[in-house]
Amino acid sequence: MTKAIEIEGLNKSYGKVRAVKDLSFSVDRGEFFAFLGVNGAGKSTTISVLCGTLPPDSGKVSVLGNDISSGLSKIKESIGVVFQDSRLDRALTVRDNLFFRGALYGLGGKELQSRIDEVTELLELGDILNRKISRLSGGQRRRADIARALVHRPELLILDEPTTGLDPQTRQNLWNVISGLRSSRKLTVLLTTHYMEEAAGADRVLIIDGGALAAEGTPLELKNRYCGDFIDLYGVSEADAASLNCRYSRIAGGYRLQVPSTAKATELIIAYPKLFLDYEIVKGNMDHVFLAVTGKKLGGENEAERGKRK
Amino acid sequence: MNRTVFFALVKRNVKMFFRDKGMFLVSLITPLILLLLYVTFLGNVYRDAFTSALPGGLTLPDKLINGCVSAQLVSSVLSVSAVTVAFCSNMLMVQDRANGTIWDLTVTPVNPGILGGAYFTATFISTLLINLIAAVGGLVYMGVAGWYMSAYDVVLLLCDIVLTVLFGTAASSVVNFFLSSQGQISAVGTVVSSCYGFVSGAYMPISSFSEGLRNVISVLPGTYGTSLIRTHSMAGAFREMEAIGLPEAYISGMKDAVDSNIYFFGSAVETWTKYAVVLGAAAVLIGIYILLNRFRSKRKG
Repeated sequence: MTKAIEIEGLNKSYGKVRAVKDLSFSVDRGEFFAFLGVNGAGKSTTISVLCGTLPPDSGKVSVLGNDISSGLSKIKESIGVVFQDSRLDRALTVRDNLFFRGALYGLGGKELQSRIDEVTELLELGDILNRKISRLSGGQRRRADIARALVHRPELLILDEPTTGLDPQTRQNLWNVISGLRSSRKLTVLLTTHYMEEAAGADRVLIIDGGALAAEGTPLELKNRYCGDFIDLYGVSEADAASLNCRYSRIAGGYRLQVPSTAKATELIIAYPKLFLDYEIVKGNMDHVFLAVTGKKLGGENEAERGKRK
Repeated sequence: MNRTVFFALVKRNVKMFFRDKGMFLVSLITPLILLLLYVTFLGNVYRDAFTSALPGGLTLPDKLINGCVSAQLVSSVLSVSAVTVAFCSNMLMVQDRANGTIWDLTVTPVNPGILGGAYFTATFISTLLINLIAAVGGLVYMGVAGWYMSAYDVVLLLCDIVLTVLFGTAASSVVNFFLSSQGQISAVGTVVSSCYGFVSGAYMPISSFSEGLRNVISVLPGTYGTSLIRTHSMAGAFREMEAIGLPEAYISGMKDAVDSNIYFFGSAVETWTKYAVVLGAAAVLIGIYILLNRFRSKRKG
């Protein structure tokens, strides 16, 4: 079976600025793929190329078996995009928006109506279907955006920071809907996000930095490769923590030790049983991975540059 | 599929224009200014123009004066709104770019040419609808003030409106094609709304301007649209003047004064030439718009 996305040696520049540099990666069908990078890293450019709204300078891009240079129309029929900011017509109702956008895929009559009914039920839009987009709350608008992206039953759903600015409950509700869609429709999902816990739930993660691929793998592989484990050790003195020959930092009631792997943590516990009376082992999270890979915090400041200024 | 997409886009664009109260009201500013000027002083200026030029001893019936003045006002409103409403309606094209909606439209398989054609068609329909409603209102007003138009005049007036709306749509499509921000929308909207009434001779007849300005204005195709609308709005009143025996020189002078007769660097312009200029200008502008859309599509790859 062909891949959902295959990119080989993609390059794109804006004048002298190289936004994407020789980027290659692939996404399997049905996969939940997270695409991480700070603002300006090249995520949006790559997504624009995938959507066919921006031509690449060089490289091969194929979506659902169709090459972007010859099968763009078929690609566009098969992808749904949820933009970072809602792009729906604010002066029109949710129903009108779904109708007019659905018609752009050649849908009409009863078929379009049944698709609108389908996404209305799926995203629980019944109460807001006749309300103008401008009068919806952030969460309601996001549901309408997702319904619009799904109205033509795409095989690939591209989510460009879909939950930015939403409250935790609404974010969770949206992820429940997307999880349901993935399992019921075998939908391939490409996600860009600032929320690392959302990326942690992906099948695979790609980190892009300065337009180039910086790291790629499952969340577990990346955690193991880039940040190891942490042991939170309670009820010990700083001298005890220092005696373990690991990097450590103070936390409430004890010290946090940084170890390269779970095996190393086990070794320490066995070697120093008298110190390890009250402890917990936690894996590094995607924030740690991102920081280790890029030297930057997602949505934050460049750590390396901040260090230089000090 | 293309037909479904095209009609859906046209319907969406027309609906957006009429639902967006701001855009809709801005498009009516110029005709409203004209009505305000008429109520405050233009009505009397028009009236004086018809009576002061009468040869000694002759008088005009009040109904005929009122018929002339109302026809002049209605023709001014119609000619100016054909262009200003088109510019405002076509601002949707710019708004879609400014607020990013265009990305949501172009991630679909829709052909960019269909997108451009839908903006054009929707602008034409919206502008024509408003102008036809204004024309009905204007004809009713003329009927009350003093009716002299024949059925043929009304048909020709409606044709003039369609033609001028087509020209306004084509002009706005080319100008708006280059705009991409809210600031530009405001700037162009303000300039068109405030200036077009003057340069087309809607606020004051072109004949009242200096010779140099008259020559400059005579180069603008919109002037001929205004003249056509005025010619057919006032044709009945001028026929009535002939019927009651007013001198030919007076009638001809009045036609000059209200721009029913128009001159290109001193030479009188025939009615068919006015049609040719407006239609030709619209055709050229439509051609430019098509080329611009093709060029943009190619550039985007």
